Amino acid sequence: MDRLLPLIQNETLKIWKKKRFYVVVLVLIVLIPVFTYAQLKIAETNRKNFKDWRNQLVQQINEYQNMLSSERIPEEWKRNRRIAVQQLQYYLDHDVNPNSPDGVTFTRSFMANAVNLFYPLLVLAVASDLVSGERSAGTIKMLLTRPVRRWKILFSKLIALTLYVSLTVVVSAILCYLISGAVFGYGGWGMPVFTGFVINGSTVESTYVHAVPQWLYVLMEGGLIWVSSMTVAILALMVSVLVRSTAASIVTMMAAVIAGTILSTMSSSWESAKYVFAVNLQLTDYLAGSPPPIQGMTLSFSLIILAIWSAIGLIVSFGVFTKQDIMN
Amino acid sequence: MQSAAQSDVVLSVKDVKKRIGGKMIIKNVSFDVRSGEIFGFLGPNGSGKTTTIRMLVNLIKPTSGDILICGSNVQRDPEEALRHIGCIVENPEVYSYMTGWENLEHFARMQRGIGQDRIAEVVDIVGMQHRIHDKVRTYSLGMRQRLGIAQALLGRPKLLILDEPTNGLDPKGIKELREFVRMLADQGMSLFISSHLLSEIQLMCDRVAIISHGEVLAVGAVDELVNQTGSYVVWQFDDPEAGRRLLAAEQGIRFVKEDEHRIDESILAGLKEAVITSMDADRITALVEKAVHAGIGVASVQRIAPTLEELFLQLTEGESIG
Repeated sequence: MDRLLPLIQNETLKIWKKKRFYVVVLVLIVLIPVFTYAQLKIAETNRKNFKDWRNQLVQQINEYQNMLSSERIPEEWKRNRRIAVQQLQYYLDHDVNPNSPDGVTFTRSFMANAVNLFYPLLVLAVASDLVSGERSAGTIKMLLTRPVRRWKILFSKLIALTLYVSLTVVVSAILCYLISGAVFGYGGWGMPVFTGFVINGSTVESTYVHAVPQWLYVLMEGGLIWVSSMTVAILALMVSVLVRSTAASIVTMMAAVIAGTILSTMSSSWESAKYVFAVNLQLTDYLAGSPPPIQGMTLSFSLIILAIWSAIGLIVSFGVFTKQDIMN
Repeated sequence: MQSAAQSDVVLSVKDVKKRIGGKMIIKNVSFDVRSGEIFGFLGPNGSGKTTTIRMLVNLIKPTSGDILICGSNVQRDPEEALRHIGCIVENPEVYSYMTGWENLEHFARMQRGIGQDRIAEVVDIVGMQHRIHDKVRTYSLGMRQRLGIAQALLGRPKLLILDEPTNGLDPKGIKELREFVRMLADQGMSLFISSHLLSEIQLMCDRVAIISHGEVLAVGAVDELVNQTGSYVVWQFDDPEAGRRLLAAEQGIRFVKEDEHRIDESILAGLKEAVITSMDADRITALVEKAVHAGIGVASVQRIAPTLEELFLQLTEGESIG
């Protein structure tokens, strides 16, 4: 281990010096205010239209129910709406405002919305050129001719990557809270949020539903986002081992992630799509009780699928990296 | 000294072969590099030089054969074997977004027992004190080269491998490099230098291995190999016809026709009406005297080494006869 620490230090330092993490922070600093502003506008409109948030929920429920009675709406949508209605009703019954505008609530919904595309994108900014970058710059020749076994080099890259993925999740949550808090106030830590909805076909089973304080909910979200981000990171590392150019590596991974998002909106009839990693990235939905993209998917199912993909990614990365000839 | 050096082999390459995509790129490469010598690795572009070098430093795994560095097998025990070598494969590629010093720190961390003082020492050796804290992207090629060498020297290697080190350097830089290489060898380090230019190898190296189409054709002292081929003597007389007659009267002098030699055009361009001969160079002084006696002015006489191509012809011919 004492030999690995300096290597991990090297890799961490290189990512830092390449200013990749600056880019991540910069993107967050630009985008969060944009969303905050949008949220502010929504809150203003709501305040104008509804004196009480309960009225708003009631109206929303009515809207959904109207939709359910329409015949032109596809069955799939109806299922989603039916579930949403039950959840809104649950919030209403328990006198909890699910959309109260405050810093923590904003952070919670921002993170939930960012998990399937935004976080993977940020992760790719760091992960995509970890190996391919060294190849295209030629520095890999210096790196691999030093008296260090190759697996140690890749391992230290993986640890550095894990570090930055964790940092990205934490920093994004903190920035989100700080920036939106300036507008909505820094409260909302203790607000109860319901979780534990079990979706059974098109009904929500509320036997396991319980309230958790919002800070804990955000923490749980962070953990799940970390898991799905790490899966993306590991697969990106694998692609960057396999592909020589960084551009190709980013495009490959982005295509996979975007394809996953598209698949999850249209794949209710193609059931085996649920084994695609990108369809399983939206782990926070299980927490919120939104219906999964494909029937029958559960949190543990998704976690297992992501774990399998990660394991394959690691095996391929290490297998290829330790054996491959560096020709270019 | 020679016999002591022979017993001390730093790098031993034994029957190394490499197949890439079903094609034998390296058919048979064997040679030894002894301690303290400057070993040249000569071959035209595409002959397998770089592939061989990449195998020496564990970037490519040989299909068969062994590479031992100070007795350790590069494939089986890279951590031990690579400790003894420093190398620059092709271009000196270092991290352009870091400073020279940060680069050296980076590579120092990959080996045990290299501290700040050693980094300062190698910076001193390559004479980069003034620019070492600048970002590498602002460096010229020559400076990157120096930084590359500094990096290679960090671990006090027994063998330094340089792949076409004079590529892209200006004449002054090439001269400095030659002196630098000599200085390192004088301190007891072995050097392995690849090149496609015979003249370069002649100027820098003690021994040489010549490679062509993935096969080592010959290994030996540079002077011996060159002498085997024989060099040219090019005469410039005030009166070329008279000079030609004078030489023709002598025994053992062969005139070389225009299309027979492979002397670099650029060298001959400055020598108008030159008489090109193949002869024993020791006789030049006596012949000049004779010409002067005969009243034929000699404007210049020069020995011109054979080109790599000629050396190859010689070697491959030798092979087909043997």
